[in-house]
Amino acid sequence: MNEIVSREEIAPRTFEYHVRAPEIARRRKAGQFVVLRVDEHGERFPLTIVSSDPDEGTIELIFQAVGVSTEILAEMQVGDEILDLAGPLGKPTHIENFGTCVVMGGGYGMAPVVPIAQALKDAGNTLIGINGARSKENVILEDRLREICERVEVCTDDGTYGHHGFVTEVLAELIETGEQIDFVLAVGPTPMMRAVAELTRPYGINTVVSLNPIMVDGTGMCGGCRVEVGGETKFACVDGPEFDAHLVDFDVLMKRQGMYKRQEAECERVTPVSQKRGKRP
Amino acid sequence: MSKTKKERPPRQAMPEQPPEERIHNFNEVPLGYDEETARLEASRCLQCKKPQCVLGCPVAVQIPQFIALVAEGKFVEAAQKIKEDNVFPAICGRVCPQETQCEMKCVLGKKDDPVAVGRLERFVADYEREHGEVEAGEVAEPTGKKVAVIGSGPGGLACAADLAKLGHEVTIFELFHEPGGVLRYGIPPFRLPREVLDAEIDYVRNLGVEIRTSFVVGRTATLDELMEEHDAAFIASGAGLPRFLGIPGENLLGVYSANEFLTRVNLMHANEFPTYHTPVYCGDEVIVLGAGNVTMDSARTAKRLGAENVTVVYRRSRAEMPARAEEVHHAEDEGINFELLTTPVEFLGNEDGWLTGARCIRMELGEPDESGRRRPIPIEGSEFELPCDTAIIAIGTSAHPLIKDTTPDLGVNKWGYINADPETGATDKPGVFAGGDIVTGSATVIEAMGAGRRAAAAIHEYLTRQED
Ligand SMILES: Cc1cc2nc3c(=O)[nH]c(=O)nc-3n(C[C@H](O)[C@H](O)[C@H](O)COP(=O)(O)OP(=O)(O)OC[C@H]3O[C@@H](n4cnc5c(N)ncnc54)[C@H](O)[C@@H]3O)c2cc1C
Ligand SMILES: Cc1cc2nc3c(=O)[nH]c(=O)nc-3n(C[C@H](O)[C@H](O)[C@H](O)COP(=O)(O)OP(=O)(O)OC[C@H]3O[C@@H](n4cnc5c(N)ncnc54)[C@H](O)[C@@H]3O)c2cc1C
Ligand code: SF4
Ligand code: SF4
Ligand code: FES
Repeated sequence: MNEIVSREEIAPRTFEYHVRAPEIARRRKAGQFVVLRVDEHGERFPLTIVSSDPDEGTIELIFQAVGVSTEILAEMQVGDEILDLAGPLGKPTHIENFGTCVVMGGGYGMAPVVPIAQALKDAGNTLIGINGARSKENVILEDRLREICERVEVCTDDGTYGHHGFVTEVLAELIETGEQIDFVLAVGPTPMMRAVAELTRPYGINTVVSLNPIMVDGTGMCGGCRVEVGGETKFACVDGPEFDAHLVDFDVLMKRQGMYKRQEAECERVTPVSQKRGKRP
Repeated sequence: MSKTKKERPPRQAMPEQPPEERIHNFNEVPLGYDEETARLEASRCLQCKKPQCVLGCPVAVQIPQFIALVAEGKFVEAAQKIKEDNVFPAICGRVCPQETQCEMKCVLGKKDDPVAVGRLERFVADYEREHGEVEAGEVAEPTGKKVAVIGSGPGGLACAADLAKLGHEVTIFELFHEPGGVLRYGIPPFRLPREVLDAEIDYVRNLGVEIRTSFVVGRTATLDELMEEHDAAFIASGAGLPRFLGIPGENLLGVYSANEFLTRVNLMHANEFPTYHTPVYCGDEVIVLGAGNVTMDSARTAKRLGAENVTVVYRRSRAEMPARAEEVHHAEDEGINFELLTTPVEFLGNEDGWLTGARCIRMELGEPDESGRRRPIPIEGSEFELPCDTAIIAIGTSAHPLIKDTTPDLGVNKWGYINADPETGATDKPGVFAGGDIVTGSATVIEAMGAGRRAAAAIHEYLTRQED
């Protein structure tokens, strides 16, 4: 069960796995995720299903090794089995023919963007992609985005590749040049999603973000993933993870994401993982 | 066998881990009777011709019969006698609210203390297990029928065990990575040790029941899809959705649902962090809202995680507290404080989003409400601030919508609980049965088991009828 059938480091400390999970592969839709546990001592944590191959019975996961759980996952090899894998969870993305869509991702956020972009394209939308990363070597999924989108802008924080600057600058330019934009999807670090929301708000552009609060069960039973949307408490794992960006309280999200900072650091210190520690982004 | 009051021994006390010791560990609190004490306690039973105690037990355990066997020292036989009606006596002996069930009805209770039915039940079940005397249940010839059981809590396990014994091929589908339902993620090990739970689950597996964990019905497959491959289904998915108060500040850091707090510790072993990688935050000043078993479990867990002060905040008075009497008593011994007739109206936080206190209001009791309990009414101008850094909300749960939402023709009531025949568990959907908390709302372990067993009988009949 849950055997890793392929493994590739597609950028520094960023990995692409294909995992055998026939039932999940058969049912999953864009926007959904799995919750996994790597070993007996592991925590339950979510990863987006980037794509699936129902015939092969596999799903694709792309993740960045940022802490103990993802680092242990990163050390697994082809043939190893992920102990527990549950899904597909979360609401599938609401897809319709909006017209022209901007799909943008920052860092690992490109992973959730790709399947949604594909679904938007299949529904007849015209797509513009904005792919952001810290540096040239961190840019992921560029080719796949190019296959789906009419055009793609790449940007890096350090200017080593593409536009020098943030994804929001590219979006601002598109808006200013009068490009017709009917829908924006943004996934990435919380400050980036907040910036996108602020940018499109005055123009009233329909904008959706995929939130990544801390989760436990991923099925609505704990309430740990609660976020504030339009003044109401929602459970991201069952009511989301995608929400109207203009209604999300990013401040609450950011604070809640940092709830276990101290424990995460402690766990990393005492858990013997990764030869490449310290090289982490 | 009957004894005059004079020579009847007193209700035998249960040896316990002393409070000052046990608040530093997660080991079981009551240590169990030894053989001699059990026989002495059993000797108190009057062996009533019309035993009232049996009427108080939701599954009608043959109480005088098993107690007579205990008195004779036939402990294994006593355990087997209980198992004719209750598959998991080691669990029920520990967690049943005996004081409102079997023991409440015991005639001895009128003038003296009732017979300690629960403790005796626990004793014989432990004896049987510890002496390796548990018999693998007998399994009938395979019928070729397949049944899907959704949820591995007490309802699902009991139903699966009975169906397997009848020769049906049973698969339990469980969304978590370990089976047991609330027995695993809710009830802490200091009340129900994991060895006891694991042994009961092994028993069910040994009957040939397959348990598929990490399988979310409604997501991994829908009920309708399961019905394509199974001849019948039993839904025992529990009432697992946490309720919040809906007051300002509820999303501050340090505010937990009891479900999350207990799941992190019991299922994910956060008490053994960082050996186990799931963290939990538990400050020094903890308040727990509610007054049920879940409240007591959360409060006592917080104490064991090292909280200095733990306070249960409840809007009614002591008389209305729904928790098992023993748990309230244990909580008090462990130094848990109680702020009764009090409810929070707002959580207060600091700039970083962390909880710093709860603004509370005092209540008084008015006329009885629909539940028959006196309705709490806020006292104007009585607001005060209770400083705290952790708040655990344990005010109840509601029905999980996942199965209902993905099964359009499954009838539910206005709260989302599944409509099912109380006798058979039959739902509106042919071949689909349901029982336990997802039908009744939060109830008890023994009631969920009872519903599971009644449904197993009804499913067996349904499958046999199908045959003709
Ligand atoms: C719906 C959803 C989809 C996601 N998809 C992806 C993906 O496709 N690729 C990817 O690289 N990451 C994804 N994430 C984020 C991923 O879950 C976290 O990076 C991972 O849990 C970090 O765990 P860690 O132990 O390695 O790091 P830690 O050191 O524990 O934490 C690093 C950061 O991850 C967050 N985090 C920690 N534990 C959890 C948890 N149990 N649940 C959620 N977040 C947590 C914390 O906010 C923390 O800031 C997704 C998150 C969500 C909610
Ligand atoms: C903390 C706590 C303490 C308690 N203490 C006591 C006590 O002392 N005495 C007592 O008698 N009662 C007690 N109760 C109540 C008792 O535990 C419940 O009434 C009983 O467990 C209900 O059993 P059940 O089988 O209906 O459901 P549950 O035990 O809730 O089990 C349901 C199972 O179904 C799974 N599930 C849900 N949805 C799906 C899905 N879509 N797909 C797959 N699986 C699914 C869940 O993960 C869970 O494992 C307590 C409850 C709690 C929370
Ligand atoms: S199952 Fe529970 S209620 Fe019934 S006799 Fe045993 S302890 Fe009492
Ligand atoms: S009512 Fe009490 S005394 Fe009578 S049989 Fe039951 S346990 Fe014994
Ligand atoms: S992760 Fe538990 S409710 Fe969402």
